[in-house]
Amino acid sequence: MRTPSVRYRIFRIGNLVFLTLLSLTMILPFINVLAQSLSSSEAIMGGKVSFWPVAFTWINYEYVFGDASFWRAFAVSVGVTLFGTLVNLAATASLAYPVSRPEYKGRSLVVMFVLVTVVFSAPLIPNFILMKELHLVNNPLVLIVPGAINAFNFFVMRSFFSQLPGELIDAARIDGCGEFGIIWRIVIPLSKPAMASLGIFYAVGHWNAYSTALYYLNDPAWWPIQVTLKKLFESDDISVDPGSAVYSTLAHTSPEGIKMATIIIATLPIIIIYPFLQKHFVKGIMVGSVKS
Amino acid sequence: MGTRLGDAGRYLWRYRILYLLSVPGILYFFLFKYVPLFGSVIAFQNYNIFKGITGSDWVGLEHFQKMFSHYDFLRILNNTLLLGLYDLVIAFPVPILLAILLNEVRMIVFKRLLQTIVYMPHFLSWVVISGIFMGIFSMDAGVVNKALGFLGMQPIYFLGEDSYIRSILIGSGIWRDSGYGTIIFLAAIAGINPDLYEAAEVDGAGRLKQIWSITLPSLLPTIMILLLLHIGKFLDLGFERVFVFLNPLNLESGEILDTYIYKAGLLSQQYSYTTAIGLFKSVVGLMLILLGNFFSKKTTGESLY
Repeated sequence: MRTPSVRYRIFRIGNLVFLTLLSLTMILPFINVLAQSLSSSEAIMGGKVSFWPVAFTWINYEYVFGDASFWRAFAVSVGVTLFGTLVNLAATASLAYPVSRPEYKGRSLVVMFVLVTVVFSAPLIPNFILMKELHLVNNPLVLIVPGAINAFNFFVMRSFFSQLPGELIDAARIDGCGEFGIIWRIVIPLSKPAMASLGIFYAVGHWNAYSTALYYLNDPAWWPIQVTLKKLFESDDISVDPGSAVYSTLAHTSPEGIKMATIIIATLPIIIIYPFLQKHFVKGIMVGSVKS
Repeated sequence: MGTRLGDAGRYLWRYRILYLLSVPGILYFFLFKYVPLFGSVIAFQNYNIFKGITGSDWVGLEHFQKMFSHYDFLRILNNTLLLGLYDLVIAFPVPILLAILLNEVRMIVFKRLLQTIVYMPHFLSWVVISGIFMGIFSMDAGVVNKALGFLGMQPIYFLGEDSYIRSILIGSGIWRDSGYGTIIFLAAIAGINPDLYEAAEVDGAGRLKQIWSITLPSLLPTIMILLLLHIGKFLDLGFERVFVFLNPLNLESGEILDTYIYKAGLLSQQYSYTTAIGLFKSVVGLMLILLGNFFSKKTTGESLY
């Protein structure tokens, strides 16, 4: 290895400075939101808060946690994320596994059938008419059923299954193990890593889902957290119930602070699972890109 | 013949569980992906919810003609094309550059830290991102305007002025997705044969020269494939990404086909007209991808199929 040239050394230092600044622009806005959510209304409106809370207070969080509509939306999102992810994994695997086995004649036909849906997708209104016909409009199942299988995830899972040792499955079959026995005793235990990574991806999708609910759910009782959050941004004044505990301290809450606290709470689950997520998505992208 | 059918039947019976398992998934794709695709024929009808697709009157290309003579549609098409173009010219190259720069970081721990941070925004919802942007760009409480004030400038109402919306849309897109987009390029860089670098080093090429004449050319196939995929989605900026930033003050330049389809289709119930717009979008996308593929095959030999 030669000693690097002066020009390269300058480049390298500049590069480090640039990348550090860049990652600060990714993280500072979030810290700013966090600081505002923990600051008093006067401090926020006076423009005094940058990256550290001013006149520290939990009042904004107390307000959000005291709000029934927040809890309802939170419960809808948690429910849809848990139940929806289970449905996603079961549906995706039950198509991806057979299509990954060489014994399944007509594999390429099914693959083409799915691939076509990636290239051609229907406009909004024909989808809306279908949901109406299926009685999924204003039905919370619309958040789960129409998205049961993601074509990209289907391809990822199929390529994972096709890497499972076929000899193991053949041997089990010769030993008289039924198809369900093979799935239960061999396939599922071996596919835990794939299930975990795709499950996390599906879960993030459910937690962040916004437009599906906006299109198909009019009843606020079924709005997930993202829709409620967006409605909160659209409303300029936040009315507080005079009987509520925070009413007396209302002077210290502000629409801004409440919005920021809600952003933090709505993002917390993502931040908590992010370390697990990060472990998987690099590999996931690789498998996916090999496929395409 | 009879025996062959019998063989096929026996084969299917033997692997019946595999076939049965795949039936729900196949039905799912048929019902939720193919049926609405066929349902798109309402673009050629005056669709009436009470009469249904079979009972509604056929009107041929009337809705497509209406589309091209409609002032609103042309303005929104213009917005969509402009944003698509900015996305292609400004946002598309960012992950490539970023991956090359990240690859030059030698301290592994620092590199991992940088990667962790730049991937992160991709996993925030667009609603949360719009909230964060509203916070930092707000008139009186936002840090951006505070910084402008520090420099002696007047505060700007970024999200409430039509002239800033396109920059905000493109900027937020870069902020959210460029870090995540580096993953595929970093993988491609990792796959480059190290012998190439050693040979270049023996020939006296410096590190910067190596980036230019080894790293970048080696990335070209990946870049071409992603570019082709991107071109196919030229009019597809994504509904959520734009919708969360729109308000009556920035609608003029910010509204795109997808948000218009939602508003005119679902909220004002112009079902057939907006389906025609959606169909137009898909057909343009398909033509672009075929065209791009053709030119790419001719010039670089890379193609999608």
